[in-house]
Amino acid sequence: MLSVKDLKVYFQVDGGFSRAVDGVSFEIQDGETVCLVGESGCGKSVSALTIMGILPQPPGKIIGGTIFFKGQDLLLMKEEEMQKVRGNHIAMVFQEPMTSLNPVFTIGDQIEEAIRIHERIDEAEMRKRSIQALKDVGMPSPEQRINDYPHQLSGGQRQRVMIAMALACNPDLVIADEPTTALDVTVQAQILNLFKDLQQKRRMSLLYITHDLGVVAKIADQIYVMYAGIILEKGAARDIFYNPCHPYTRALLASLPSRSKRGSKLYSIPGSVPDPAHTPKGCPFHPRCSFALESCTSQFPGMSDWGNGHFSRCPVIYDKEAGKGGN
Amino acid sequence: MENNKSNIDMELETPVVGQVKSRKRELLRLLKENKLAFIGLIIFVIFFITALLGLLLTSGKEPVFDPSMVRLQEKLLPPLASPHLESLRPHEVPKTGVYVFGTDDLGRDVFARMLQGAWVSLTVGFVAVGIAVLVGLFMGGIAGYFGQKYIGLDHIIVVLLFSTGATLSLTGKSFTGFIVIVIDLAFVFSLALIRWKSRKSRYFKWLDLLRKKTLSIDTLIMRVVDIMLCFPSFFLILTVVALLPASIYNIMIVIGLTSWMGTTRFVRAEFLSLREQDFVTAARALGVNDYRIIFRHMIPNAIAPVLVSATIGIATAILTEAGLSFLGFGVPPPNATWGNILSDGKRFIFDAPWLTFIPGFAILLVVLSFNLFGEGLRDIMNPKLRERH
Amino acid sequence: MLSFIGRSVIQKIVTLFFVSIVSFLIIHMAPGKPSQVDPLNPKFTPEMVERFRKEFHLDKPLYTQYFYFYHDLFTGKTVSWKDNQPVLAKIFERFLNSLPLFIVGTILTWTLSFPVGIRSALHRGGLYDRSATFFSYLFISIPGFFFAYILIIFVVNSFHVPVIGMETFGLESLSWQRMFMDRIWHLLIPSILGATGGIAVLSRYVRSQMLEVEGQDYVRTAKAKGLTAEQVHYKHALRNALLPFVTMFGLILPGLIGGSVIIESIFSWPGMGRMAYEAILARDYPIILTVNFISAVLVLGGTFVSDLLYMVVDPRIRL
Repeated sequence: MLSVKDLKVYFQVDGGFSRAVDGVSFEIQDGETVCLVGESGCGKSVSALTIMGILPQPPGKIIGGTIFFKGQDLLLMKEEEMQKVRGNHIAMVFQEPMTSLNPVFTIGDQIEEAIRIHERIDEAEMRKRSIQALKDVGMPSPEQRINDYPHQLSGGQRQRVMIAMALACNPDLVIADEPTTALDVTVQAQILNLFKDLQQKRRMSLLYITHDLGVVAKIADQIYVMYAGIILEKGAARDIFYNPCHPYTRALLASLPSRSKRGSKLYSIPGSVPDPAHTPKGCPFHPRCSFALESCTSQFPGMSDWGNGHFSRCPVIYDKEAGKGGN
Repeated sequence: MENNKSNIDMELETPVVGQVKSRKRELLRLLKENKLAFIGLIIFVIFFITALLGLLLTSGKEPVFDPSMVRLQEKLLPPLASPHLESLRPHEVPKTGVYVFGTDDLGRDVFARMLQGAWVSLTVGFVAVGIAVLVGLFMGGIAGYFGQKYIGLDHIIVVLLFSTGATLSLTGKSFTGFIVIVIDLAFVFSLALIRWKSRKSRYFKWLDLLRKKTLSIDTLIMRVVDIMLCFPSFFLILTVVALLPASIYNIMIVIGLTSWMGTTRFVRAEFLSLREQDFVTAARALGVNDYRIIFRHMIPNAIAPVLVSATIGIATAILTEAGLSFLGFGVPPPNATWGNILSDGKRFIFDAPWLTFIPGFAILLVVLSFNLFGEGLRDIMNPKLRERH
Repeated sequence: MLSFIGRSVIQKIVTLFFVSIVSFLIIHMAPGKPSQVDPLNPKFTPEMVERFRKEFHLDKPLYTQYFYFYHDLFTGKTVSWKDNQPVLAKIFERFLNSLPLFIVGTILTWTLSFPVGIRSALHRGGLYDRSATFFSYLFISIPGFFFAYILIIFVVNSFHVPVIGMETFGLESLSWQRMFMDRIWHLLIPSILGATGGIAVLSRYVRSQMLEVEGQDYVRTAKAKGLTAEQVHYKHALRNALLPFVTMFGLILPGLIGGSVIIESIFSWPGMGRMAYEAILARDYPIILTVNFISAVLVLGGTFVSDLLYMVVDPRIRL
């Protein structure tokens, strides 16, 4: 349904470019949940905003690539056509529920507005639909809540409103950009389960963006691991979790706390995410990589095929393990 | 132990110093990028040098340029006109050879008068804003830091008695005033004595009434700010300046004392939020005393935006002074200010327009430079806005 | 809500009380005396000075004078020391003269600065924004009296209309259209002068407010819903950007009484500002104090009104 090919988005910074997204490709099938995983600043949110067509330009600039949605390139669409896609076919849920709702309108107004843009129905019907939308996302007593202003709701409730708003027009694809990061842990689990339920009930596609592998394990069908603007590894959730083939993915998994590792010191990846204005030459991960060879500092690694749709951008591990294991 | 403590104290402070250094370099770089602000800075520096030179060249017994020399036969000459050498005594000829900015209706050299006026504008701006910033920092700092402390009834009685006594003795009734002050001192002394002697005595239970909390320091100061804001500022300045004897110092003080309220509000808000910050809590937990916290930790963090608005305040003060001079208040003649050169010249606006336009443009340029520089600094220091520029 | 109003009214009355004391003290503690009671003024004999002192209670202690003054003020009996006219009537007459200037100036300010500021914000960094910014700085920095003379020269030279005073002297015989146009000219120039500074400041403020709001997350949400750019800017962003200006709307009330001393004296406009200026020169204390008191009432009333308005428009503030 959605197919992103070789997307490049650069940002203008003083006297140069910062490569926020540098040749990213991924695909989302009907009814599938795809997770985009990576540390903050790796270009996940920029990719999402670019798909929605709401990337602030300038400072952002789309350098190249295509985003095909149902056979049409979103990047070539006119603004008016794009407005019909936004909210109607592709909807987005943002990271900060506290500030993402307009403080001067009631939540009912804001949900109804989302419907009103794309469909022509009368007011009474509209009210019913928005109450139903609130009910669907598990909002307690939606008939009263619908006249509340955002500041009267808790963070978790606001995120439910955001989700209700996104789902109001029955979109084919929902992009969720770290929707649980700003919430309490208990509320995080509720929202995550809500996503899972809704996705299964409605058979919609979900692009879930997160840095939290624990979340990924619960919902993902396909996983794309992103680092410094490029995809380092992709594959089915099972493959990524049980047979990670990139040092970065392995490091991410190793730094997850788990019961078996109880008592031992938690692993952390040495060094820090590179400044996108000065990404290192060769493999962007090599300064932090324990497998790095001399060649990694100069040669940009290609994708190596591990079979079954599982790819990784690390020739070192491929030579060592796939060569020996003979996949 | 002592050594240990100061070590931690130092550790708390050193990173701040390092940040300040790199921040300064960053600031300079950003300033160069912001063209308008940079132009403002350059004009400001030129103005500063001109004003200093002006002070040197126009003051003293035999100034290089005499701003008050009257040459009636040379009146209302246009800029760059040559003096009539045959009708002037040697020392009356301007040193520049020509009247650079022309002459006024008394034949005085406008160039010399402008030089003298530059110094007036500069000092009025800086001194008035200096007063406002000091008062604002002081009041705002107290309201923000000690605001939650309460004032007792006894404090009020003491202050009231003392101020009545002082006013009385200053307005002629010195004997009554003296008596009141003596009563006041006796009151303070006896209160202290009673408290010290009989802390637990039941007979002095009623004294607790005197220690009753009335209102917090914060409320007091913010109400004073409210009261000050009720006066229409230019009207108030005008009234006070008109009632006081004409002098440039009165103008500076009056402008300063009527424009500290904004700084107070800002510093108070800033102190209230800084108080809650971890580094202040940490310093307090280490037993650093209040004054050290205020002067080493809080003021350095709050001062930058205050100075930025002070830059813009200088522009406003220069405009206010020019307005007062224009209305005929302020510096007594024959001293020149840009405002009174323009005011004197307005009668000849069609015959000698330079008398209006030269001081007018000078004020405009200087005020503009301060505004541009100040706004530029504000933009640079507000990273959130900078991102979106 | 009611308790807020009650508390706020009481607080404002207390403030007003202190304002009245402070202004009274400033006037009476300042060195020098009003010319009518100044023994140095040769126009007045010692007996007349004595009579004046008695009549104005100047022989009484300060607190009695304070009481007398505000008692007279509230019963409407205060008279000017200069000509024995009732102060309130005098002020009202001048107020009516200043009112047209105020109304035209305020309308100009509020109708022009919003479109300019919003356009600047939406086309940030463009030619329009940069020239608007430049002119704002220019108008903020130009001394009003200097700008006044530039305008006078311009209007007199290009339209041959003398703009001093409220109307041109000696035009009574002309047709009413000519007289009407004449009045308009005389009104327009000082109003424009009074408005330019306000437009410059307000449009800058609108611009920065709009920029601030445009960067908020809820604007991004609105875009993601599929709203058109106009709906995003003028419904979601503008509603929020306008909130602080409700406060400012209350603050234009004090402008009713202020008038501009400088502009009114340049244009010989017989308004409030001129009257206050003349009263200061003549040390006509009752007029100075009354003007001050009324303007303090307006300031306090203005803040009260804006507090109430804010509660109406911002759903986050409810009591």
